[in-house]
Order: sequence, then structure tokens, then C-alpha cells
Amino acid sequence: MVINTKKKNLLKLENNQKHIIKIDNLSIGYASKKHINLIASNLNINLKPGNLVCLLGKNGIGKSTLLRTLTKVQPALGGDIFINQKNLNEISNSNLSKQLSVVLTEKLPESSLSVFELIALGRQPYTNWVGQLNTKDIKIIETALEETNTKHLMQAKYYQLSDGQLQKVLIARALAQNTNIIILDEPTAHLDIHHTIETFTLLKKLAEKYGKTIIISTHEINLALQLADELWLMTPKKFVTGKTNNLIENNQLNNLFSSSLIHFDKEMKQFTISKSN
Amino acid sequence: MIYPIKSYHKTFTILTISLVLIFILNISLGSVFIPFKQTLLALLNENTKNDAWKTIILNYRLPKAITAILVGSGLSISGLLMQTLFRNPLAGPFVLGISSGASLGVAILILGATFIGVNITAFAYTNWGLAIAASLGAFLVLSAVLLAAIKVRNTMSILIIGLMFGSLTAAVISVLAYFSSANQLQQYLFWSFGSLGNLTWHEISTFFVIFLIGLLLVTFIIKPLNSLLLGENYAKSMGVNIKLTRNITLISTSLLTGVITAFSGPIAFIGLAVPHLTKLLFKTSNHKTLIPAVAISGSIIMLICDSIAQLPNSEYTLPINAITSLFGAPIIIWLLIRKRKIY
Repeated sequence: MVINTKKKNLLKLENNQKHIIKIDNLSIGYASKKHINLIASNLNINLKPGNLVCLLGKNGIGKSTLLRTLTKVQPALGGDIFINQKNLNEISNSNLSKQLSVVLTEKLPESSLSVFELIALGRQPYTNWVGQLNTKDIKIIETALEETNTKHLMQAKYYQLSDGQLQKVLIARALAQNTNIIILDEPTAHLDIHHTIETFTLLKKLAEKYGKTIIISTHEINLALQLADELWLMTPKKFVTGKTNNLIENNQLNNLFSSSLIHFDKEMKQFTISKSN
Repeated sequence: MIYPIKSYHKTFTILTISLVLIFILNISLGSVFIPFKQTLLALLNENTKNDAWKTIILNYRLPKAITAILVGSGLSISGLLMQTLFRNPLAGPFVLGISSGASLGVAILILGATFIGVNITAFAYTNWGLAIAASLGAFLVLSAVLLAAIKVRNTMSILIIGLMFGSLTAAVISVLAYFSSANQLQQYLFWSFGSLGNLTWHEISTFFVIFLIGLLLVTFIIKPLNSLLLGENYAKSMGVNIKLTRNITLISTSLLTGVITAFSGPIAFIGLAVPHLTKLLFKTSNHKTLIPAVAISGSIIMLICDSIAQLPNSEYTLPINAITSLFGAPIIIWLLIRKRKIY
């Protein structure tokens, strides 16, 4: 009996090495009683753990909708999502909260939470019914503070922070949740170039050091090309996933913006303005 | 690592001692002058110089002070829960029309008896009848406001919707009043002035049981309410069952506001002002600290308001509702002007 479960666990680990996120023929969008607003369909993803993934696409293409569907905030219109080989529909919210954490773009409601308290909320899936922190929780919060270099801020109220600091604190909260997957919706939207690069390198470090799977939707294409292990490209016509270098080689990036204004320079590995003539 | 969450032992001790002192002070004051020492004797169930004094204290002033504590703490907790649930600093049982809903329940019971028939009148004047009607009315309006709040995310719109529900229930009550007898009308009117007194020990025990059920439900939502401070989507991502949390908040606030309104009439501003004053004092958003804190501060403020309403050594008793408004409204105005941020 004991050996049996051990074998099962080993098997599970091997499977984990295969695909942490698998998406089959997914359709996303918004359904109401009267009509269905299909935003994208025929999405397929096979993602291995420990990768930093950047989701790229122009405004309004459905990046946020895809991430919202992946995080079970809104239901899929069709197809299947598997997290650790388990269908997302069959994973309870409390179970999912131990596998997947998020950093959202939405503004936080006003409150007087301190930085420490905010990060400590990340421990909620593990704490008892009144949310009492034990020594293990404190240790994990401490690690999250250290990794994000926010320890000096922990007594401050979160509304006193700059946008760059707040973003790091929100990442620390996700880290405290101790999940294999972290999904971030445009984490650098309000940041200057210094804090943007700092945020990206932090996320890259977390993926490498802890083997976390990190998915970021972003418009920072040049940074994504340098740091991402894998890219998910959303265009009106199709959805392409793959290793960053392979996608560059296969000229997939040129399709990202169906515009005559810019094109992708393969040698420089960045987008440039097309010469007008 | 140093654990940077304050425990607030000192503040809690000071507040609790103040509560006890104000509780005794409240009992020692009233229309009949009773020496302070005799008050204490009566409270300890010893014989006093004058037998009437003991009766006044044990059967009139003590129940009133206990009612003040139940009303003050219950309304303040309801207000705090609503401010977190609606993510709106100006939410409270009175502003969102919950108290009006409770009033509607009572109005239908007292005034509407004419329509339904005579049989219900006997039931209407029992404590349970009033409490159930008020809680149902509160629940009805709170559910309606909450349904609207799910559709309309704008905090300003939610407040306006709450005000509209308040107006609607007021209109229905007017119609009911138009068709009822002078006797019924007088009874309803006196109830609507609000009063902490006139409750027998038997009524207080009914009050207390329903109050405790409401309070017990609140303890189960301390943790999810804390994660709701980050918004619904974050709370959901941390495994919070939003629907369940919302329903428990709904039921517990309806019970608390309902039973309070049934026994003491609609009381304004306590639910709105006390959580803000408490947050000023405690500077935290953690519900584990805030819930007991608002309960104690609410009790203190309600006892003070009652002492003022009682006008020491005079035979006049002002409507408690007027005093709480005189106290609460300026505080909210002051908070909004002085601090740019209120939560």
C-alpha cells in the first residue's frame, strides 16, 4: 500500500516535468444570455515548468481575457485547461490557490494594510480559520520580502509606496502564496524603464531559482525577447507559442502587428519603424 | 524576524476600562438623583437606603445600559462589515437603507395589520414578531442593494441606490400610515423615534440571543473579509468563497441590524461613524483587531449618547436618534474635510 502511493507520487512528479499548463482547443470570450462575444478560439498551449513566459499581442486582442480564463476568474467558452494534469473545472478555488497565484492590474481598494499584512494575506490558503500565522508562515513571508528586496518597507502602509515598490510588494504577496505558477497581468504598465527592468529580472530570477512557472502579459516586447524562455503570440489570425529563439527564426514576430508602420528586425531582435517610401 | 503586527493590548485595555467606567456612570445618571454609592450598592444587589432606587437601577437603568451596549456594538460591527463588503467608506446600515428595510418590516407588522386581519396583531406585539419582521425587512433591502452592487461597481452609484431604497421604503410606510388608525400610527411613530429604554429583562434576553447568533456568524468571516481588502479577484485567487462570504455577511448584518431596529428603533450614524473613529485610533484594517475594537468603541459612544439623551436630573428624555445624528453627522463631515483619504 505504502509502496503503491510512493510509486504514484513518483509518477506524478514525472508528469509534472511534462506539462504544468496544457490547453486544448480553448475558446475565450464573454457569454451573456443574449449573445456570445468570442474573443479568441483554437488556442493550444503545452507549457513545461520553470519557464518565464511572455504573452504578447496588441491592445484589445484578448491577453487579459486569456489570463482571466486561465486563473478561473471567468469561464472558458470551449475547450479544456489542465493545470498539473488536472482539468481546471475540477480544481476547487481553495486547491487552485495553492497552485496558482496572481498579480493583477486592478487598483487595490483603499485600506490601511501595511506591507507586511498585505504580503501575509498571501498565506491565507494555508492558515487556520482566523488566519493565524505560524513560524513557517513568517519564514516564508520573510523569504518573499528578501527575494523582492522589500524588507525595509514592511512597516509602511501600502498606499505610501511608489508604483515600483507596490509592484514588488504584490509580487512578494504572490511569492508568499508559495505556488508553482504565478500569473501577472501587465505588471510593468505604470513603471519607468528602471523599475520595468528590475521587475523583469526579478521574475526571471524567480523562475530560475525556484523553478516557478511565470506568465506575464506585457507590451515590453524588447525586454520579453531578451528574457523570456517562451513566448505566446496573440494575433487576430492565430495563436503561436514556442521558444523565443525559434519564433524569431521562423519570422513569427512579424505577424504580431499587422501594420505597415513597424516591422521586426531579425538581426537586431527588435521592432523598428518601417522606412516610409 | 520581529513580528510586525501590533497586538494593541494597551489600547484594548484602556478602551475596556473606559467602557466599564462609562457603563457605571451611565447607570448612576438619570431623571431621579441617586447617590453614586447607592448606585454601586444596587448594582452589587445589596440593599439601598431607598427601595425604589434599587428597582430603578436594576429594572430600568441596567437594562437600558445593556441595550445601549448591544445596539452600539451591533450597529458598529454591521457598519464595518458593509464598508469592507461594498468597498465603500460611506456604507453603513442607515445609509444603505438597511435600517429603513427593518423599519418597513416593523411598519408592515404594526400598520399593515389592518390589511392582513386582526389575528396577526396579537403576534405583532410579541418580541419575536418584531425581531423577525425587522430582520426580514433588513435582509430584503440589503439583498436588493447587494444585487445592485454586483451589477454596478461604482461606489457612488451604490450609495445612491441605497438612498433610493430608503426613499422607496419610506414611501411604502407613508402609504401604510395613511390607511392605519391613529392608535397604530402613534405606536409606530414612537417606535421610530428610537429608544433604548422600556425593555424588560425578558425582551433583552430575546435581543441577546439573536445578537449572539449574528455575532457568531461574524467570527467565521474575519479571514475572508481580510482578503477582500485586496478586492474580489485577489480574494478569489487566495481561495476565498466569495459567494459564501457575501451571504454570511448579508445574514449576520441583517440579523444584527434587524434585531436592533426592532427593539430600539432606527438609529442613525453609529454604524457609519464608529468604524471610522476606530480606524483612526487603531490605524489598521485587520478585521481580527477591528471587530472587537468597533464593538467596544460603539458601546462606549452609545452609552455616552444615551447619557446625554437622558438629561441628568430632568424628567425629559430626548429621542436617542437625534443625539446619535448630532454626534455622527459632524464627525463624518470633519473626517471628509480633514483627511483626504478615508477607508
